[in-house]
Amino acid sequence: MIELRDVRKSFNRGKPNEFTAVQGISLEIEAGKATVLKGPSGSGKTTLLSMIGCMSRPSAGRIWVRGREITSLPERFLTEIRRRTFGFVFQQANLIRGITALENAVLPAYPIGESFATIRKRGLALFDRFGIRPKAESKAEWLSGGEAQRVVMVRALMNDPAVIIADEPTAHLDTNLSRDFMDILAGLKEDGKTLLLASHDPLVSESRVVDRVVNLRDGRIDGGTG
Amino acid sequence: MAKWIERQKNVVDFTLSSLLRRKRKNAALLAVYTLVVFLLASVMFFAYALKREAAVILGDAPEMVVQKTAAGRHELVPLSYIERIKDIPGVAAVAARLWGYYYDPITGANYTLVVPNNPPQPPGSISIGEGVARARLASEGDIIEFKAYDAAILNLEVKGLLSPRSALVSSDLVLVSEDDFRRLFGTPKDRATDLTLKIRNPREILTIAVKIAGILPDTRQILRDEILRTYDAVFDWRGGLLVVILAGSLLAFIIFAWDKASGLSAEERREIGILKAIGWETSDVILMKAWEGLAVSLSAFLVGILLAYAHVFFASAKLFEPVLKGWSVLYPQFRVTPYIDTAQIAALFFLTVVPYTVATILPSWRAAIVDPDSVMR
Amino acid sequence: MIFHPLIIALLAGSVFVVLMVAYSSAAAVGILRKWDLGSGSELQLALERKTYLVSTLLAYVFAFELLSFFLYILTADRIQPFFVGAMCAAGSLNVNGFGYPTLVVRLVNFLCVGVWLILNHVDSRGFDYPLIKVKYRAFLILAPLVLLEGGLQAAYFLRLKPDIITSCCGTLFSAASGSLVPGMGGIPRVPAMAVFYAVTAAASGLGLIYWRKGRGGYLFSGLALLMFAVSVVSIFAFISPYIYELPTHRCPFCMLQKEYGYIGYPLYLALLSGTIAGFGVGVLMPFRRIASLSETLGPLQRRLALIAAVLFLVFAGIVTARIAVSNLVF
Repeated sequence: MIELRDVRKSFNRGKPNEFTAVQGISLEIEAGKATVLKGPSGSGKTTLLSMIGCMSRPSAGRIWVRGREITSLPERFLTEIRRRTFGFVFQQANLIRGITALENAVLPAYPIGESFATIRKRGLALFDRFGIRPKAESKAEWLSGGEAQRVVMVRALMNDPAVIIADEPTAHLDTNLSRDFMDILAGLKEDGKTLLLASHDPLVSESRVVDRVVNLRDGRIDGGTG
Repeated sequence: MAKWIERQKNVVDFTLSSLLRRKRKNAALLAVYTLVVFLLASVMFFAYALKREAAVILGDAPEMVVQKTAAGRHELVPLSYIERIKDIPGVAAVAARLWGYYYDPITGANYTLVVPNNPPQPPGSISIGEGVARARLASEGDIIEFKAYDAAILNLEVKGLLSPRSALVSSDLVLVSEDDFRRLFGTPKDRATDLTLKIRNPREILTIAVKIAGILPDTRQILRDEILRTYDAVFDWRGGLLVVILAGSLLAFIIFAWDKASGLSAEERREIGILKAIGWETSDVILMKAWEGLAVSLSAFLVGILLAYAHVFFASAKLFEPVLKGWSVLYPQFRVTPYIDTAQIAALFFLTVVPYTVATILPSWRAAIVDPDSVMR
Repeated sequence: MIFHPLIIALLAGSVFVVLMVAYSSAAAVGILRKWDLGSGSELQLALERKTYLVSTLLAYVFAFELLSFFLYILTADRIQPFFVGAMCAAGSLNVNGFGYPTLVVRLVNFLCVGVWLILNHVDSRGFDYPLIKVKYRAFLILAPLVLLEGGLQAAYFLRLKPDIITSCCGTLFSAASGSLVPGMGGIPRVPAMAVFYAVTAAASGLGLIYWRKGRGGYLFSGLALLMFAVSVVSIFAFISPYIYELPTHRCPFCMLQKEYGYIGYPLYLALLSGTIAGFGVGVLMPFRRIASLSETLGPLQRRLALIAAVLFLVFAGIVTARIAVSNLVF
């Protein structure tokens, strides 16, 4: 599904504080499976996820998504692919304050040009699936941590993407909520989605949902189970 | 096509909600914007309404006025000239006109004295305009004292008050009989102030003027169309001049708009980052910013114009009174007839909305290119 | 100079346009020199972001050019009372030697910027920015024209002195005097109508054929331009007299006024938009082989051809309707 070949990412190139976050990683992510990138902070997990998810471009190397080479695509088409292929769950919930949970969740579909009624229906169906229907019209800032996480999940699924990318999804959740989250992921895997997670939480990497763990250290792969 | 419309609708929806979420910042901008439109619109509406009022009034003025000149200055015209002009083909009628200025030391005002032909003013009586009535605290039946050219006193009774609705032209007017006029100013019986001509065919006005210049070389011919054109030019000049003066405030407004648009709060930056992270393109964000600008512009424009309309046509441009009144003692109380046309609205649009839009293009773009990556960290 | 607010607005707007075009030109030069799509470097990213800005700026410039084109004519109409002998915009524009040249350059710019925007839109459909160099080279040719327009317009307005005697549209457009424009008034009516309808039929017909079959693009585009020229001449030759119900009144501007139902606006908008769309089809023809555009270019061109054909038919339709109800009998 996703292939990386010798991918590097450096920041502040040419300047005295040049810093290489990812140093030549080659990786293959299988479709329909759950892969976890595990490693301490600073190991390049977030940077790698950002490049795979078409949010930033590598300094060197190539990336293929579903057989299509994305490294040389201009920003415009990168966004197009990202919108169609990936759904994101960030470390912070990143919801827009002042609007309702439902309005937050349906935002990814706005620029595509479907009618608002259609979008709303789809959103509510997903809210039902995750059991937060009663919270649909609440303002985002009034949601609890677990509810916010589910709203973010709905948002990620809004455009029916093939891949879900989650960056430290359990960082702000307690054990029970973390287990709930992994159950949600199990359900998504059953739907045929590919899951890519970055986490240093053992609850995630040792979950039965996960098929493969990739260890990262200092921007490189460190052994790995597969 | 339908997709395009839906996309616009969705983006507009989000735009309006984000405007409402930042009420305070947008309220300040909206207030200033509205004020600018209000000022400009007031100036323009007022100038144009007055211009039109003048044109309407001048519409009834005689097509040509003949005045005698001596050494470049206006002199009383001999009534014998009427015979010489009357027979020129194309001239429908020639009439003598008597008018002049009277300085009233008690009020410090200048009155315009006119001898009306139709209907004539009864001797010993006058009709006065509302400005004169106000200055002299006079009403019907009162006697006003006039000092003649030879220091004799002439007492004239106020027999009529000119309608306040004509105040713009009649405020300082005093209608007087011919005998009283000549007694007051010492105008000889065989002279008049000037001659008015009635010419039916407008195409002949110029030829007749040329002929009169030939027959009576010591006169000047004043054409109504020339007056109208000059009035137009003066009003436009004044209006344009004020616009140029307001250019200073316009510039300040543009800078303010630029600043407001550039000043992305941390919250706004975060929001745009989120939008881009979840799949909005740069062009989608630019679209949102464009709609934002449009919403603000339309609101400010509409409200500004409505307020200006009320200010000029209901409150008689009260804010401009100190500037316009000057030293005038007999500043008329008047209500201008509403007159707006597309040209004014178009000019207002191009002088306010266009600069604002231009000022916000670059800041909008800078906001739109926020890196989605920033949201991940 | 006449200090009319409309004139101030036009001049100020012109300054903005010149600034935006100048900035875009500088950006265009940078893009043409340093563009390298495969590099993925920081510079390339910055250039890609810059093209968003240039596209946005020029979209606004186009909108402004459209509005100010009509505003220019409106202003000329409104300042007509200052000039003895001028009855409408035609007279005002004739007051000094810059009025009509400004109008002509404005017209050319309007058409060219419209086509440029079509080019820009097509470029955005290809994932590898296939037309980027073409686009910016074309823009660098267009930019001086826009600057020229600004200069001519400024010269026109700054040299205006009221009360100058000028010829009103009656003498300007009658067959008696000897300049180019009256020549158009002297064209015999019936042949002019025949040519007009023939060209309309051909242009619309070819447009519809292209829409259906995708053949004859260059021919259609050429006919679109011909349609424009023929229509402009027809306005002088017979369309104006029928609208004004007066054989000698051939002014193209009076029909924008209220007394004729503002009929000029739909007429000119239809003609200008149709011409842009039709011309656009031809301009895009050389790029059909580009891989990244293979899916989108064909359908786009067909849609443009359809739009052009329909607009030409609308134009002819309005003209025919006006002739039918006109009280003028030759």
